[in-house]
Amino acid sequence: MSEGYTSDEMMTVAAARALTDGISCFVGIGLPSAASNLARATHAPNLVLIYESGTIGAKPDRLPLSIGDGILAETADAVITVPEIFNYWLQPGRIDVGFLGAAQIDKFGNINTTIVGGDYAHPKVRLPGAGGAPEIAASSKEVIVIVRQTKRAFVERVEFITSVGYGDGPGTREKLGLRGKGPRQIITDLGILTPDPRTCEFTMTALFEGVSRDTVRERTGWDVQFATEPEVIAPPTSHELAALRKFNASEKASE
Amino acid sequence: MAEIVSLAQAVADAVHDGDAVAMEGFTHLIPFAAGHEVIRQRRRDLTLIRMTPDVIYDQLIGAGCARKLIFSWGGNPGVGSLHRFRDAVEHGWPRPLEIEEHSHAGMANRYVAGASGLPFAVLRGYAGTGLAEVTDTIKPITCPFTGETLMAVQALNPDVAIIHAQQADRHGNVQLWGLAGVQKEAVLASRRAIVTVEEIVDELQPRPTAVVLPAWAVSYVARVPNGAHPSYASGYTERDNQYYQAWDPIARDRQRFSGWLEDHIYGETAVHR
Repeated sequence: MSEGYTSDEMMTVAAARALTDGISCFVGIGLPSAASNLARATHAPNLVLIYESGTIGAKPDRLPLSIGDGILAETADAVITVPEIFNYWLQPGRIDVGFLGAAQIDKFGNINTTIVGGDYAHPKVRLPGAGGAPEIAASSKEVIVIVRQTKRAFVERVEFITSVGYGDGPGTREKLGLRGKGPRQIITDLGILTPDPRTCEFTMTALFEGVSRDTVRERTGWDVQFATEPEVIAPPTSHELAALRKFNASEKASE
Repeated sequence: MAEIVSLAQAVADAVHDGDAVAMEGFTHLIPFAAGHEVIRQRRRDLTLIRMTPDVIYDQLIGAGCARKLIFSWGGNPGVGSLHRFRDAVEHGWPRPLEIEEHSHAGMANRYVAGASGLPFAVLRGYAGTGLAEVTDTIKPITCPFTGETLMAVQALNPDVAIIHAQQADRHGNVQLWGLAGVQKEAVLASRRAIVTVEEIVDELQPRPTAVVLPAWAVSYVARVPNGAHPSYASGYTERDNQYYQAWDPIARDRQRFSGWLEDHIYGETAVHR
């Protein structure tokens, strides 16, 4: 990565740019929260942030430290209960973008946050589990995933499907009755993958400046394909970097 | 009708070995002091129910209180793993832990069904996920009107719900506000309910976003200022983020954890309420 910014900063900036002003975004904690708050602080001041803790239209001026951070409730347009956020707001398809992280993701965009190794009853590593993600992945109009690209995280087939992407490939979502379109982008610290319209397999369609195809191959657990001419993503602007660093500084200060 | 008692008495009367216990509070208003009292009174074979087990159930599981956990997201929010939960699932320490795993939407709907006196709830969820295969309280159901396939989840009716709220009045009517999670549903789904409160006031003043639980829907009210710590009570206390971070190295190590239990729960210097 070139001087002046880190690959994590580039990833967060690219994810923020993927959010259009004025849309509603169901935000997972961690990387999705940093990116969506950055979007609101830069090009998308009217982005509606929705957290599963029951806040609609949260406007935090620092990064929330958890999905139940008090600043979300204090700045929200509406504070509602957990059954209501899932039943009335997510389930009927009111949410434009579901924004998720992942522990493990496969070439069809299926997400595993449940177990790694062993079997379900005797896992080698027990992960936190589903949280809101399965229904966010099913019912948001579309989904964006943000995750660091490593061979361990990017696998041919996830060991456990916690949240469905394109399942086994074309036609799976329709067969399952999932009403959202599914994951449209996986944004990583190397670039952006999008699903091939014919096979639903995620393909590297954009690279960050200075990232080589060999690096991508080394850090992907399947035989990853590339667009004929992958787009090269512009580096963070000074405005984007300043806004992101202000968030990160406020996070450190509150620890 | 709610009785206003000490926390120790509320737990002694309402929580028995083998009970199914739901301690709710979604990041906000987590009833930590009550959880610690359950550990102190050495309850065993509990079925613990909670959407986000959080540090509170890491402590109860590590202390050996639980036989089973019903949950939907088992992490330390903003920090990482719950190591006592993982140790129980991965290695059976201090005893094996049976799990029944859902999504948040599924758990929320299970409480709604329980509060509504229905055997199950219906949602669009789980289709295509591994959860539907490993959890037998998730079953497909055909809509009798449209013929479409939806998912049914079994109602939750815990023996006892335990929550923390900002205020009660002298009759035991309870008011909580801010992020309200699933506490109303958990209390109304349960046979008995304990509510710890920051403050007992002469008269409850209506607040925006408030949930009010009338005294006759609650079994016991106990005054426990700062009873949500290290979680928080909006308007009274701040979340102690450092505690959540400091928990990670304590929970990683069985010996350090056992020392923590001795110092902070069982020992003579521990804070009893």
